[in-house]
Amino acid sequence: MTDHAAAERPHLVEKENSGVIDWSSGPRRFITVYLPLSIFVIVLLFPFYWMAITAIKPNAELYDYKTYNPFWVSSPTLDNIKRLLFQTDYPQWLLTTMTVATVATVLSLFSSVLAAYAIQRLKFKGSQYVGLAIYLAYLVPPSILFIPMATLIFQLGLFDSQWALILTYPTFLIPFCTWLLIGYFKSIPYELEECAMIDGATRLQILWQITLPLALPGLISAGIFAFTLSWNEFIYTLAFIQSAEKKTVPVAVLTQLVEGDVYHWGSLMAGALLGSIPVALLYSFFVDYYVASLTGAVKE
Amino acid sequence: MTIAAEARTTHHLPQNWLVRLLDNKSFLIFLCLLPAAALLLIFLTYPLGLGIWLAFTDTKIGRSGHFIGFENFTSLMQDRVFITSVWNTLLYTGVATVGKFALGLWLALLLNNHLPFKSLLRALILVPWIVPTVLSAIAFWWIYDPQFSIISYVLVDVLGWRTTYIDFLGEPWAARWSLIAANTWRGIPFVAISLLAGLQTISPALYEAAMLDGANAWQRFRHVTFPMLMPILAVVLTFSVLFTFTDFQLVYAITRGGPINSTHLMATLAFQRGIPGGQLGEGAAIAVAMIPFLVLATLFSYYALARRKWQQGEDND
Repeated sequence: MTDHAAAERPHLVEKENSGVIDWSSGPRRFITVYLPLSIFVIVLLFPFYWMAITAIKPNAELYDYKTYNPFWVSSPTLDNIKRLLFQTDYPQWLLTTMTVATVATVLSLFSSVLAAYAIQRLKFKGSQYVGLAIYLAYLVPPSILFIPMATLIFQLGLFDSQWALILTYPTFLIPFCTWLLIGYFKSIPYELEECAMIDGATRLQILWQITLPLALPGLISAGIFAFTLSWNEFIYTLAFIQSAEKKTVPVAVLTQLVEGDVYHWGSLMAGALLGSIPVALLYSFFVDYYVASLTGAVKE
Repeated sequence: MTIAAEARTTHHLPQNWLVRLLDNKSFLIFLCLLPAAALLLIFLTYPLGLGIWLAFTDTKIGRSGHFIGFENFTSLMQDRVFITSVWNTLLYTGVATVGKFALGLWLALLLNNHLPFKSLLRALILVPWIVPTVLSAIAFWWIYDPQFSIISYVLVDVLGWRTTYIDFLGEPWAARWSLIAANTWRGIPFVAISLLAGLQTISPALYEAAMLDGANAWQRFRHVTFPMLMPILAVVLTFSVLFTFTDFQLVYAITRGGPINSTHLMATLAFQRGIPGGQLGEGAAIAVAMIPFLVLATLFSYYALARRKWQQGEDND
C-alpha cells in the first residue's frame, strides 16, 4: 500500500507541475492518454472526411472498392458540386436558410436582451419565477410541439411561408439566449448602472450605452449559437414547408436530393458538406464563444 | 459641477410624457418582457395546451375534431407499432446515454491532461456537435450502406474478420444498434466539453490533499473528481436524456422508422401519423405520451440544481 503510493507520487507530482515533463513515463502516457485521444479524434472526425472524399469522387471510383482504395481519391472531380449548384435549387436553399436563420436570430436576440435585462436588472416581484418559466420553456422539445404548431400555423395562414419558421424558431432560441444573457448581466457590476443613474441617464440609455457594450461577449455567444441552432433546425421546416424552393438546406438535402430508389451519393455528400460549411466557418472564427455559451448554459 | 448641472437641465427639457413613461419602472418591465413573452405564449405555451387538447380529439388534417376522451390512448395501447416505438425510445435513450456519458467522461478526463494544441483539439472534438444533425446523419446513412459500407469494407476486405458485408439498416436489431451508435457519436462532444468545464473548476488543492493521504488514482477519481463533478453531471445528464428521448432527426434521416416500422421512436411515429398520415389527434396523443417522461427528467434536473446551489452555499436567487 505505502509502496504503491510512493511509486505513484513522483509521477503525479510531475504532472501537476506543467513545465516539467516526466520522460520516463513517456510510453505509459502514450498508452493512457495519446492513444485513446487519437482514436477519439479519428472516430469523431471520420464521417466528415468520408463526406468530403465521397463528394469529390467520380462515380467509377465511388462504386468500385476492388480497383480503387476507398479511403483515397485518385482523380478528384467537381462534377457533384457543379451538379448541385447548377442543376438543383441548392443556392436558393442556402439563401433561404441564411435569411431565416438571420432574421430568427435577430428577433430572438432582441427579445432575449430585453427579457434578460428586465429579469436580472429591473428586479421585480416574481422575477425569479419568470426566469424559472423561461428555463422550463427551454426544456419543452420541438418534437412535442410541432403537431399543434402545424395547426396553429395553418390557422394563421402562414403554412408554406418563411414567416412560419421565423416565428417558431424563437420558441427554442429565446429561452436559451435569455438564460445565457441573464448569466452575463449578473457578472456586470450593478454599481456602473447606479453611477449612470445618478448622472441622470434613463434606464433605456443605461441598457443601450452601458450594459450592452459590457455584455458584448455574451451577445456574440448567444447570437452565433442561436444562428447555429436555427441553421440546424429540421422538424419545423419538415412539417411547415411544402414547396421545394422554400425549404432550408437540411430538409431540402434529405427530401429533394433523395428521390426514388437511386441515391446519388456523390451529390448527397456534396450537399451535406456545403450545408455544413457556413456553420463550420462561423465556428472556426468563434470557437471560444461557442465553448463559453455551451458551458455557460450548463453551468448557470 | 457646472457640467453636471448643465447636463441635468438639458436632460429635463425634452422630458415629455413618452420619456417619463419609459422611465417608469413597471411600464419598462412590461415593455421589456413583452416581445419574449408574446412569442413564447403564442408559439410555445398555446401549442403545448393545444397539443394536449388535440390528443383527446379525433382531429384530422382539414377537419376539426370532436372530444373523444381517452380513445386515442386506448387504441395506441393495442397498437404494436406504438408499443415498439416506446421500447425503442427507452432503449435508444438508455443505451445511448450510458455510452455518451462513459465515453464523454473518459474524453473529458483525457483532455484535462496537459496536452500540446489543447484548444485546437477541443475545437476539433466539438465539430460533430456543430454540424447540422441531418447532414451528419446522411454521412452515417452512407457509412451504413449495405453494399458500399466502409465499415464492412474494413472488416471484410482489410481485416478479414468477416466474410459477408453487414446489412446495417436492413435488420431491425442491426438498425437499432446502428442508430444508437450514430446518436452516441453525436452526443460525446457535448458531454465531454461540458464535463471538461466542470473538471477545470475542481481545485488542485483537493487532489494534493488526497495524495498526501495516500489515495491512488482510482480513489482520487472516486472520492474527489466524481463528487465534485456530480452537480454539473446531473444537469448535463438531464439535457442529454431530454434531447435523446425526443430525438427525431437522426432516425428520420437514417431509417425513417424502417425496416417495417421497427426503429420508430415516439417522435418519428408521431410525425408519421400526424403530418403525412394526417391523423393530427393520434399524432398529438403519441407526442403527449412523451410528457410524463419529460416531467420526470425535469424534476430530476430541478432537484439537482437546488442541491448544487446548496453545496456552493449560495442562496436561492
